[in-house]
Amino acid sequence: MATTITKTETLVGKRIRRQEDPRLITGTATYVDDIKMPGMHHACILRSPHGAAKIRSIDIKPAQDLPGVAAVFTGKDVEGVGPVPCGASLPGLRVPPHAILAKDRVYFIGHPVAVVVATDRYIAADALDLIEVDYEPLPTVTDPEKALAAGAPAVHPEWPDNTAFLYHQEGGDPETAFKEAEVVVKQRITSQRLIPTAMETRGVVAEYRSAEKSLTLYSSTQIPHLLRTLVSQMLGLAENHLRVITPEVGGGFGSKLNVYAEEALMGFVAMKIGKPVKWIESRRENFQCTIHGRGHVDYYEVAAKRDGTVLGLRLKLIQDLGAYHQLLTPAIPTLSVLMMPGLYKFRNVTADIVGVFTNCVPTDAYRGAGRPEATHGIERMMDLLAAELKMDPAELRLKNFIGKDEFPYATATGLSYDSGNYAEPLKKALDLVDYHKLRQEQKQAKASGRLLGVGISTYGEICAFGPSPATPAGGWESATVKIEPSGKVTVMTGASPHGQGEETTFAQIAADELGVPIDDVIVVHGDTAVVQYGIGTFGSRGTAVGGPAVYYALQELKKKIRKFGEMLLETTDVTVSGGQCVDNRTGKSVSLAQIAGASYRAMKLPPNTEPGMVATYFWEPPNFAFPFGAHIVVSEVDRETGHVEIKRYVAVDDCGNIINPLLVDGQVHGGVVQGLGQALYEQAVYDDDGQLITGELMDYAIPKASMVPWIESSHTITPSPVNPLGVKGVGEAGTIGCSPAVVNSVVDALSHLGVKHIDMPMTPEKLWNLVHQGGQA
Amino acid sequence: MIPQNFEYSAPGNLRDALALLAGGNAKVLAGGMSLIPLMKLRLAAPEHLVDLGRVADLKSIREEGGTIRIGATATHYDIESSPLVRGKCPLLAEAASNIGDVQVRNMGTIGGSIAHADPAADYPASFLALEAQVRIASAKGERTVTIEQFLVDALTTALEPGEIVREIIVPVEPANAGVSYQKMVQPASGFAIVGAAARVRKSGGKVAFVRVGVTGLAAKAFRATGVEKLLEGTSGSPADVQKAAAVVSDGADANTDLHASASYRLQMAKVYTARALTQALSRAS
Ligand SMILES: Cc1cc2nc3c(=O)[nH]c(=O)nc-3n(C[C@H](O)[C@H](O)[C@H](O)COP(=O)(O)OP(=O)(O)OC[C@H]3O[C@@H](n4cnc5c(N)ncnc54)[C@H](O)[C@@H]3O)c2cc1C
Repeated sequence: MATTITKTETLVGKRIRRQEDPRLITGTATYVDDIKMPGMHHACILRSPHGAAKIRSIDIKPAQDLPGVAAVFTGKDVEGVGPVPCGASLPGLRVPPHAILAKDRVYFIGHPVAVVVATDRYIAADALDLIEVDYEPLPTVTDPEKALAAGAPAVHPEWPDNTAFLYHQEGGDPETAFKEAEVVVKQRITSQRLIPTAMETRGVVAEYRSAEKSLTLYSSTQIPHLLRTLVSQMLGLAENHLRVITPEVGGGFGSKLNVYAEEALMGFVAMKIGKPVKWIESRRENFQCTIHGRGHVDYYEVAAKRDGTVLGLRLKLIQDLGAYHQLLTPAIPTLSVLMMPGLYKFRNVTADIVGVFTNCVPTDAYRGAGRPEATHGIERMMDLLAAELKMDPAELRLKNFIGKDEFPYATATGLSYDSGNYAEPLKKALDLVDYHKLRQEQKQAKASGRLLGVGISTYGEICAFGPSPATPAGGWESATVKIEPSGKVTVMTGASPHGQGEETTFAQIAADELGVPIDDVIVVHGDTAVVQYGIGTFGSRGTAVGGPAVYYALQELKKKIRKFGEMLLETTDVTVSGGQCVDNRTGKSVSLAQIAGASYRAMKLPPNTEPGMVATYFWEPPNFAFPFGAHIVVSEVDRETGHVEIKRYVAVDDCGNIINPLLVDGQVHGGVVQGLGQALYEQAVYDDDGQLITGELMDYAIPKASMVPWIESSHTITPSPVNPLGVKGVGEAGTIGCSPAVVNSVVDALSHLGVKHIDMPMTPEKLWNLVHQGGQA
Repeated sequence: MIPQNFEYSAPGNLRDALALLAGGNAKVLAGGMSLIPLMKLRLAAPEHLVDLGRVADLKSIREEGGTIRIGATATHYDIESSPLVRGKCPLLAEAASNIGDVQVRNMGTIGGSIAHADPAADYPASFLALEAQVRIASAKGERTVTIEQFLVDALTTALEPGEIVREIIVPVEPANAGVSYQKMVQPASGFAIVGAAARVRKSGGKVAFVRVGVTGLAAKAFRATGVEKLLEGTSGSPADVQKAAAVVSDGADANTDLHASASYRLQMAKVYTARALTQALSRAS
């Protein structure tokens, strides 16, 4: 037995490079499309070219006859497969039957109609061209407000009002608040449809072993276990005969937090043809058939006193749902309502949501999912109120923030904000931009004709989803930590990280708790046959819910380590540190390898202790976590062209304790870039015939590196009391904080022209029109 | 996003390439930056591709008798980085450096760009300002046409079946000239919403020579002779520039799309023409 060599350096809090990067940057990672199997076939999907149509007939014969084609399936072949599931439930929700292939009607452009399976992808694509579908095109409606108008085409003939649900939520006494208000400001605010555009499109490989009746699905998904549960139901397959593996996932942003028709369809095909089958989504399919995000038309009213005290908030929210519900489609706008008061003391709120069917692909969770819309709304409204009262927007915010001593704070929408100090990041951001000097510079700039603006957004978000009663599928997360006989550590997380970097952060946590080098730890995830049941990665929950599960599993494991340590050291008082178990009295120690070895060899066991060195923990969070922050943007509009230049972008985010600042920077940067995309460039545009005009990257503008400003990112730290790590979540914060800051800055730049509000994206042409037509768009 | 079957040939010399193209259903492949996406979307389905990438000497950039001759398969990167082009025809180097992104500039070729004749492509503005000539070759022989003859309409050129672009011929810029290419970028594709190329020379305090080419505004790029006439002979003051640029859109049938309406494009053509002229004047000595 050696004496202790204590590993003093702790890893949590350090800028550690990502463990997952070497395989990603050397191109050796395995994505779905890298999977090849003997006898593997390839599927291509025939999709509707119409926004709405009846299918009179389908002739698949010419496609079947093409040499190399193994099978062609249409809607009637898959009648035995269950519907694409909607996991959200709301009172009175209308749920259209959502078959995996259309039968007699199509509802949006790209709606799957038939699948061809062939020996290679080229033959499958050729065969698609040979299928003859006789469509009877029908009138379409793609704009949610038009869909609500009398006489609009009915997306689903059984519901001519195109209304999927109505939802009302109220808190306090909004009626009185508005009656007693000294000022009321109103604004229609849209959050346009966005296309998530993960770098890797979706893809599935399905392999069926008939003798074992077992199906393996490789899918680019954020939720392997939920996918297994739901797809097994769709296919009528025993859940334990379905294995879901998520190889590398090249971005999800919520678009892979879903169960898609193609996932069940490939399972169906593999079972039918008895051969492995691969389907890889093209970019065009990704744009047409993978969920979109946002799609709000919001009508806001804020009631306030003349001194700026906010009294009441009223929202009518029109949610463009698309033609169907995907997994969480109708639930997303309810998150907007929950977060609509933002960081302010609104005691009286009322909201009505109308969920509207349109002939478009469904909307669902996209980075921020409901919270960017809410933040955009309230942060625009605070600026409108400030303008109305001729108050400084920073001052108005500071006046109405929930105070730092008021936590936990019960909101009028029924949430309990865990912890916060909302003034701090705003003050820090104001200092960073030197706010008062900046306002003077702005005055001078405007006097000389320049259109310089300063925009503030102070956001709060709900994340770390979440306590199970508040979620559709369980809000806990699981972890197993094993010490292998050699002393090496394996962490298995039920979260399914796909770019967030938890292979690194979880390894940091484990390395610190056990006192071992980070390279002794590996983090395994994304295989339902290997990893215990888990929920997945979305809603900024990976570290905030998955992290504590790892932490608690480690505590369980340490109890066992101590028992074996005490036995081996023949003592009763030990500490686990530095990869050792140390006798506190003598300083003698045994290594984790010795302890693990003893636990597996099991020559002798401590009292009431089983062999092995494994601990599993399912952690249920007591509450959500609520990160917050302040973003300030300085922008200038080119008077001649309407082009916006972001001159400064300052982000001060508070995500609680920071496990790895490098990864947090990455999340903030990526989030801000997607927020900039919404503010300035992106919009999914359908024409009145249901065609997706922005059907490819040549027309749908996502920001490229050269279009992104320098992002000055810093933090305040207010630990969350809801978990032992004190962490919140930061995956979506950048996106949530960004778009209102950018829009507020541009409105500020043009305010002297009478501009009060601008809908996104703020294209140069839109701004040019505002500048040249005296503030009228 | 999967093309149909096609034959592929990669001849090593021009004669073989032209012979293959004389056959009828063959299509030229250069950088593939425009053609391959069309094939993947099955909007183009050529039976036979003749890749010019291995044709000897077709990539060369050389000076000859007061002109720069640029081989059709010279890439945008070859052009932007060529000391000869940068030194003696800086407008073209500037235009090339404004195309797309690094990957596109590494693959895409000058011949492919001009043959494709996208109305939003960058080069044509400069070609028009440079009064470039296009040397065309086929199995039957050769001919040389002016750029204005070459550009017929959106996606339509004077090329006959079996013909390829062999060279683009531009003049050597005098040392005292000032040039500039200014472009409003379509944020998704990187192409020009409008792009204006200007070449100017000054003499005795006056603007002695002006050439302006405009791309992106209309179905095909055009030379803005109205602007040239108004500016020539003036002192080139900011007011002169504005006045001249103001007529750039006269008579133009402007494109309209998701990214810019016709009326906005017409305005932007004026702004970018003025910017190109201003910068060109500041660079002229
Ligand atoms: C993402 C992206 C961004 C882009 N951005 C820009 C931009 O900002 N500005 C811009 O101007 N362009 C842009 N382009 C287009 C780019 O410049 C292409 O390189 C160019 O249009 C085509 O050149 P190529 O060599 O790739 O031709 P190919 O794609 O190989 O061929 C294009 C067409 O020309 C024909 N062809 C090719 N060479 C010859 C020849 N020598 N003689 C006769 N016919 C020939 C082919 O048969 C085909 O019909 C962009 C392209 C992409 C993919």
